[in-house]
Amino acid sequence: MKNIRLTIDKITGNSFLVLTLLSTVTVVLIGVGLYYKSLPILQNSSLSSLLLSAEWKPFKSSFGFLAYIAGTLWVTAIAIIIALPISLLTAIYLSEYAHVKVKKVLLPPIDLLSGIPPVIYGVWGVLVIVPFVQEKLAIHFVEFSSGYSTLAGGIVLAIMIIPLIISILLEVFNTVPDGLREASLSVGATQWETIKHVVLKKSLPGILAAVVLAVSRAFGETIAVLMVCGNISEIPHSIFDPCYPLPALIANNYGEMLSVPMYESALMLAAFILFVIIFLFNTISRIILYRLEGRMN
Amino acid sequence: MTTEKPHISVKNLNVHIDGNHILKNISIDIPDKKVTSFIGPSGCGKTTLLKTFNRLLDRNGNVEITGQVLVDGVDLYSPDTEVTSIRKKMGLLSQRPFPLPMNIYDNVAYGARIHGQRDKKELDKIVEHYLRGVSLWDEVKDRLKDPATRLSIGQQQRLCLARGLAVEPEIILGDEPTSALDPISTQHIEELFLKLKDKYTLVLVTHILRQARRVSDYIVFIYMGEIIEFGTTEEVLLNPKEKLTKDYVKGYIS
Ligand SMILES: Nc1ncnc2c1ncn2[C@@H]1O[C@H](COP(=O)(O)OP(=O)(O)OP(=O)(O)O)[C@@H](O)[C@H]1O
Ligand SMILES: [Mg+2]
Repeated sequence: MKNIRLTIDKITGNSFLVLTLLSTVTVVLIGVGLYYKSLPILQNSSLSSLLLSAEWKPFKSSFGFLAYIAGTLWVTAIAIIIALPISLLTAIYLSEYAHVKVKKVLLPPIDLLSGIPPVIYGVWGVLVIVPFVQEKLAIHFVEFSSGYSTLAGGIVLAIMIIPLIISILLEVFNTVPDGLREASLSVGATQWETIKHVVLKKSLPGILAAVVLAVSRAFGETIAVLMVCGNISEIPHSIFDPCYPLPALIANNYGEMLSVPMYESALMLAAFILFVIIFLFNTISRIILYRLEGRMN
Repeated sequence: MTTEKPHISVKNLNVHIDGNHILKNISIDIPDKKVTSFIGPSGCGKTTLLKTFNRLLDRNGNVEITGQVLVDGVDLYSPDTEVTSIRKKMGLLSQRPFPLPMNIYDNVAYGARIHGQRDKKELDKIVEHYLRGVSLWDEVKDRLKDPATRLSIGQQQRLCLARGLAVEPEIILGDEPTSALDPISTQHIEELFLKLKDKYTLVLVTHILRQARRVSDYIVFIYMGEIIEFGTTEEVLLNPKEKLTKDYVKGYIS
């Protein structure tokens, strides 16, 4: 009888393990499933013609994914380039400079922003960002742009991930003990010197983790981007050209034209490529993060 | 007290945090080149009072401060006071050590670099001098480029003291600086304090009455945000005038 507590402890521990394994297995299953479904097209065409060609003519059975891959990378890169500096400065302000009262007023709207459904960002992008890009930006650089463009996709995406990055960064800065800031201030360092040499330095791994999460999120974001990026399957030559990211390709076409031979398999491969991109990106950044933390301690 | 022009002079200081009256009508002149200890029950406001001395209290919290804290005659809380140069005058040792996220050398050189010292030779000199000052040099001279967090807690606290001393302050503030340390490291720090008081004005917060007795010249007894008694160590610990002080130090006397 006295062992009943130990038995319960063992059972609880093991069931948590099972649940944890379950989510890990799900990831593997999704990957394997997508791979299996894209096997027909992988056997039909060479990997290089699939990945390195931008020719997309389903009726002629030519499926080149390069334009979609390029679209995905472009939109995500633009989004991060816009979102990171803004989020970083905002988070620094809120965490280090803002008075508690100011914080109380400014934080709720930022949290709210991350709760707005993507489709609303999409509508807002069509109404505001697309005309803005067309009328205010593009005319200075290119002869013609409809406004539905890589840049519009990047901007809308940036605005969607900014609240996410800000809230993660605030958590990260929060874990820097106040005693460290006080130690720096007490030798006569200014607020900014303290932020630069202590807060940011201590937070570097966390900042990187925030970027990783935001990029992963950005890679997969579908609806809002699809509504503003033009969806033309060509490699964009400037940020004012339309583009066609992988998630948009899948969402726009799955369920239609499936009678075209290989078409379903091609869309599955699109999903698999997206999966691999995110997987690789996560793995690489994990390694960097690990190195970074190792060096700091 | 009878110092001509004390480094720190507090006049009618009142502090409210989140609407609570934490420090009530504090007035005190901290004696120069002596060790003054704040004692009192937990939550009475010792840390709060110490932090008003280098304006670490009102960074961005809901804090209201009235009255004056004069440091070398300059009112810390007047709007046109330049805070960083005043903070530089005071080294700070906190309850547990906070080595900055950089190596041992850079920790000690931090303040000097901030204040414009770029010369490598000068920095080397400063680092060695102050590490010797806290008797840490021999223990770390071969691993100055190691992250400071690899040191033991006791070594870290001495490193923090060296970092504070390296900007040549006149005052040292310590908030229970030995509470996280083992007896040997504690003794180390206490000896350093005794050595330092020839040159510096020290203000310590401590819970350990024996420590207060060992290191301090003056003792301030604080209770519920008020100064109840202020006098020499002997007076306050062995001959308290107030009943509240008597009750608090009773354990020590018997
Ligand atoms: N940031 C804060 N917000 C709200 N109340 C605070 C804050 N800092 C201190 N207080 C309150 O001020 C009072 C004094 O706190 P303080 O830290 O100065 O006490 P202390 O004498 O240093 O105690 P201890 O010996 O436990 O360190 C306490 O009642 C505490 O709750
Ligand atoms: Mg305290």
